Amino acid sequence: MQPEAVTESALAELRAGVVDVFPAAVAVVPFGLLLGALAAQQGLSPLEVLVMSATVFAGSSQFVAVKLWSDPAPWLLVTVSALMVNCRHVLMGASLAPKIRHIHGFRSLVTLFLMADEVWALAEQRAVRRRLTFAYYLGLGGFLYLNWVAWNGVGAVVGALLEDPAAYGFDFAFTAIFLTLLVDLGRGPRSAVAIAASAGVATATYLLVDGPWYIAAGGLAGALAGALVGPARRPLDEPAP
Amino acid sequence: MTLDPQTLLAILGMALVTYATRLGGWLMVRRYTPTGRAAAALEAVPGAILTAVIAPMVLATGPAETAAAVLTVLAFLKVPRLAAVIFGVLCVVALRALLG
Repeated sequence: MQPEAVTESALAELRAGVVDVFPAAVAVVPFGLLLGALAAQQGLSPLEVLVMSATVFAGSSQFVAVKLWSDPAPWLLVTVSALMVNCRHVLMGASLAPKIRHIHGFRSLVTLFLMADEVWALAEQRAVRRRLTFAYYLGLGGFLYLNWVAWNGVGAVVGALLEDPAAYGFDFAFTAIFLTLLVDLGRGPRSAVAIAASAGVATATYLLVDGPWYIAAGGLAGALAGALVGPARRPLDEPAP
Repeated sequence: MTLDPQTLLAILGMALVTYATRLGGWLMVRRYTPTGRAAAALEAVPGAILTAVIAPMVLATGPAETAAAVLTVLAFLKVPRLAAVIFGVLCVVALRALLG
């Protein structure tokens, strides 16, 4: 009966992941439609939109690329800008690494491929409370991935249905989701210092420097603040009680 | 359904560098266990990145967004996540209409 029990718990974990990511998946729908529509207006075919979403799976860098798009495709420009927009992933991967140490081989490569902002944030939050399983992570990332690719495709086909998600407050949905995740993650004076440092540095960088540098700047400032405040009381790879 | 070669090159370039950023940090730290200040720095990263992503919207967009952010956090202390998020979105729509 052991394998069945394992499968059942894996299924339960997968389902828990899907349930936890569902609000973010709903919030992403208008943006998926919009990105598909913008890409179509820039001359990308629906197939090209699908290939981009399925291989890149990083919303903000896709928006930047579509904005920069021209014919013939400026491959160096969009590649370099994707690198700039996504360099925050390096910090995120470093932070996630101890929590996915028990995930090996091909599964770890899948885990990192699916590491979108929302997936990573929910995974980090899960790891605070219990062991982060591959099945749970696949529920988060797999569902958000299929959801993103599908809505991009729909957007590319039906065109500009939704011209301005901000009119309906959808642009604030991510902020609201991230704020609630922060409340969960950010208890205690140690976190408060890192959050304050990041908020200050990110806002200043956003106002002073063009481009997406403010995310990496805030992340680094927070990490530095964490190091200055001092070592954690427990080793990083031990799950919290 | 067309797939232009140069467009494909651009997409694959984006895909490669994006996956490289996702693997990079993990490859850097997966073989050693950070301790002391390195561990403290890494432990601060999740909150710091979440904060950095939303800081411009919360602090540098306008009073409607800042107020809605405060209301979202207050709501989340009382109600589940999804309810707090919906409440936050409704707040920002109302406050933008009120404050312009």
